[in-house]
Amino acid sequence: MESSAFKGYRGLSLDVLKTNNAEVWSDAEIYTSKGVYKGIILPRSETADPLHIVIKLRSGYNIGIAAETIERIGITGHKEANYKIPEKEFPFDPKKPNVKLLGTGGTIASRLDYRSGAVIPAFSPGELYGSVPELADICNLETEKLYGVFSENMGPAEWRGTAEAIGKEIAKGTKGIVIGHGTDTMHHTAAILSFMVQDSPIPIVMVGSQRSSDRPSSDAALNLIHSVKTAAESDIAETMVCMFGPTSDEYALLHRGTRVRKMHSSYRSTFRTIGDIPIAKASRTEITPLRQDYKRRREDRNVTVNTAFEELVSIVYYYPNMKPDIIDSLIDNGYKGIVIAGTGLGHVNKPVYPALQRAMDKNIAVYMTVQTLWGYVQMYVYDTGRDMMELGVIPTANMLPEVAYVKLGWALGQTKDLNKVKEIMLKPIAGEITEREPSNGYLIYQGGIPEVEEFISRYRK
Amino acid sequence: MPEFTFKPFNEMTDEDYALVGFKSGLEVHQQLFTEKKLFCRCPAGKYSTHYDAEILRHMRPTLSELGEYDGTALMEFKTKKNIIYRIHRETVCTYEMDDTPPFLINEDALDIALEIGLLYGCKTVDEIHIARKQYLDGSIPTGFQRTSIIALDGKIPYKGREIEIIQLSLEEDSCREVSDYGHERVYLTDRLGMPLIETVTGPDMLTPNEVADVGQILRKLVKSTGKVRTGIGSARQDVNVSVTGGTRIEIKGVPKIINIPLLTYNEAMRQWNLLRLREELHNRGITPDKFEARYEDITKLIKKTHYHPIKDAISRGFVVKCVLLKGFRELLNWKTQTDTYFSREIADRLRVIACLTTIPNIVHSDARGETISSSDWLKIKKSVNAADDDCLVITWGTPVDSETAAKEIIIRAREATIGVPSETRQALRDGTNGFERILPGPDRMYPDTDLPPKKIPAERIENTRLNLAEPFWEKENRYKNLNIPEDIISELSVSPFADLFDKLIQKGIAPVPAAIALIQYPKNLRRKGYDVSQLSGEVFVKIFEGLIGGEILREAVFYILKNYLETGNLELIKPACPTVINEIIKKETDEIGSTKLYNPKNRNIVLMNNVMTHLRGRAEGKIIADLIGLERN
Repeated sequence: MESSAFKGYRGLSLDVLKTNNAEVWSDAEIYTSKGVYKGIILPRSETADPLHIVIKLRSGYNIGIAAETIERIGITGHKEANYKIPEKEFPFDPKKPNVKLLGTGGTIASRLDYRSGAVIPAFSPGELYGSVPELADICNLETEKLYGVFSENMGPAEWRGTAEAIGKEIAKGTKGIVIGHGTDTMHHTAAILSFMVQDSPIPIVMVGSQRSSDRPSSDAALNLIHSVKTAAESDIAETMVCMFGPTSDEYALLHRGTRVRKMHSSYRSTFRTIGDIPIAKASRTEITPLRQDYKRRREDRNVTVNTAFEELVSIVYYYPNMKPDIIDSLIDNGYKGIVIAGTGLGHVNKPVYPALQRAMDKNIAVYMTVQTLWGYVQMYVYDTGRDMMELGVIPTANMLPEVAYVKLGWALGQTKDLNKVKEIMLKPIAGEITEREPSNGYLIYQGGIPEVEEFISRYRK
Repeated sequence: MPEFTFKPFNEMTDEDYALVGFKSGLEVHQQLFTEKKLFCRCPAGKYSTHYDAEILRHMRPTLSELGEYDGTALMEFKTKKNIIYRIHRETVCTYEMDDTPPFLINEDALDIALEIGLLYGCKTVDEIHIARKQYLDGSIPTGFQRTSIIALDGKIPYKGREIEIIQLSLEEDSCREVSDYGHERVYLTDRLGMPLIETVTGPDMLTPNEVADVGQILRKLVKSTGKVRTGIGSARQDVNVSVTGGTRIEIKGVPKIINIPLLTYNEAMRQWNLLRLREELHNRGITPDKFEARYEDITKLIKKTHYHPIKDAISRGFVVKCVLLKGFRELLNWKTQTDTYFSREIADRLRVIACLTTIPNIVHSDARGETISSSDWLKIKKSVNAADDDCLVITWGTPVDSETAAKEIIIRAREATIGVPSETRQALRDGTNGFERILPGPDRMYPDTDLPPKKIPAERIENTRLNLAEPFWEKENRYKNLNIPEDIISELSVSPFADLFDKLIQKGIAPVPAAIALIQYPKNLRRKGYDVSQLSGEVFVKIFEGLIGGEILREAVFYILKNYLETGNLELIKPACPTVINEIIKKETDEIGSTKLYNPKNRNIVLMNNVMTHLRGRAEGKIIADLIGLERN
């Protein structure tokens, strides 16, 4: 990588800067064949082309100047950006509960990265207090940065580390835990933490943001307020996801960690409870339970942390005309468990059967979920389902595919005995399988229907 | 500063403006004529007050790229407004509501912006970087406007000198405000995201009329491309004004150019008078360092008042605060603009920053007219320990709002000892202006991390340059040499038919009739209620081909257009043959012979008229007149 004096520049643009001794953050006058430009030379994104030099004009706008047109560069000064959220010491109030914020990454707190031109996470109690001072009205906040990764890079090692960190906090007597996390795989982590950390005496609240906190309209601040409020004050001692209910800045929903899923690539209200209703609503002022069957907060510090995990587990998303070689390749690569997201009630086509037979022969655990997300696997209705069960494919009721995936890894981490694995898989631990689906557990109202439109016109989206 | 008192608007001379050091520049916002919006694929230019749903958001300040907070951003955050967006499904998608990242920039809009940049003689930008310009008033749901510089450093000729074009940017339009009351502001979102260019001139205009002139020139120039929107709200001016010793003040969103002279006059006067106020304060020994003020709660003291606004406030549980401004006696009555006084500088601030939107929101101890009784004033003065040369300002609101208000009164009063605070101000109907917000600085700019930089290849610029229209002022010079009537010149030079005109005269059509047909006829027909938007270049081409081919007479053009608008059929009206003409003349002559006329001397004129009603467009008037022996002057 080029030194920070010419951060991000390469090729022709780097040559031009070097020839003219013009480092980034120089206040410069750039003479080109088109005329003169005045501004501060900025670092360049590494993914951008090698042909332009970026300057910030006096007006605050940035432009790129074609390096090939540059005749010379005069330097008049130096102004380096010091991107720092004003840091203030987070106040301590002995009357307020202690909450711990564990950071794993994501855009809940972020700043600009000049190398990639993208947003990268930043995080400390002081910074958080500087940007969301309301948090101090709720609790005494401590933070610990466990990881600084994008959500897609969270994996078994990070899950284990997070579960262990939670265990330590509970042992210390912390009153609530908030976990900052990228949103893309937040529901995977929520599910595995629901299994790895059992019978927590306190709320474990996962939170993120759909709009990074470098935007005035970010949902980050309100999400933090809602999640910290939940961790500090709610009596719900479960692993939850706390994200926007509507897209408006109004309230959050607290979703059970095993029933939640990200359902839109960019909406603020992307997280939904699938096949059930959320546990509660959280606003700046109160937590309103929507159901009563949740685990209550306790005063003890007892918790079971079990971080076993077998990494050789996969999800196979079935599609018409799938060939058995997909399953075969998993078998050949030594996979120990396969979760299938089947069509409809839990189906795959006949040509795949021989591969499933081989999987059974090799002592590989194969579980069936539904790609419809809503509803139960029911393999008795059609012959194909029964055939598959004979091949050893085990239906997982209404467990979500991603949840079944992490649970199978967790179960196989504990035992090689497939009967014991089956016992663990099918015994609900944290609401991942429910006995019944309430009639309001599946509500995807269809736009365009007059009564739906009327509803939308009456309540803020 | 020179001794000078502003005269009434009509009496001000250029020398007066030179004396106060009047300087003004424009930022002209012009919507582009594209089918779709700038960063999403919603239709552009569809307006409706209908809405299907509402979304509520708040705005928070964030850091600039260089790691600083913007002053305006912090001010807006102080106001803590609930922002409500009304959304109409047909005009808004999830992008505008900040629930979907931007799509790639609208290339049509970019082409138009490049074209206009070249018309200004600017250098175009090699690689476009999209920036986020923060607006925390909620007028854009993201909290920022996506904007980018397209061209820099151009100029346009004016009065034998040059007006600098500092920059041209391409950006998305904002929401339309519906209401702003207390802590709730409501916006319509239909206009949001439409492509807009902003042209920034240098501070090169030296009188209010010059500002309007240059505004007209810029508008004509962009209109001449035929690629910008016209009509109400499609172009809006921000006007920057300063006087010697004053500050650059931005008057936002002036919809009509004819309003500019009075607005800039009042702003110049305001700055001049604020500077004189500073002089007065310094004479009284009140400098930024010596400035003294304090405030206290006087709710209990004044709870029996009969002054309705305060009585009402107390009954609603509000709090009343009294601010003492040391040595400020009579200064809230200091004139700032026409019929406007320093007290309004304060009241305006409270309206915006403390959300005290119900007016009056202050009373002060030097106010004329009935407010608080003199016995109440005495009580208050005693309680706050006021001296005779102090001024007391009373304000009321919720505990939080009244606290913000009392502090803001002190902030604004102290600013008077410094000079003219940097603000953006809103244009009011009477030609004065009111506080809108603290002037934002470059700190509110942030690179848009959602979109990569975009290279503009040299070939794209060259192609645009090849097809570039001649600047309208050059066209006007040519038209003058062709003896086109003055009133038509100015319209033809920016008409979408200007190119057609050139083609027609190349083909041998006489310039004056061509210009009349292209400009005057549609105008006449529009006045008669016809929808002249149906008159395309093709229609004119067909008619003029008929004229060149000798199939029709010049006189027929107007009637062909009229028939076309009435029936939708483009039919060439063929000239009448001499036999027909003679028959008609004979018939009408016979008829008129048997009619008694009021004024027999006019017989031939009447005859001429009667004959022509049968021959509209089918015969030359000159020939008919000769045939019936009408003497022409």
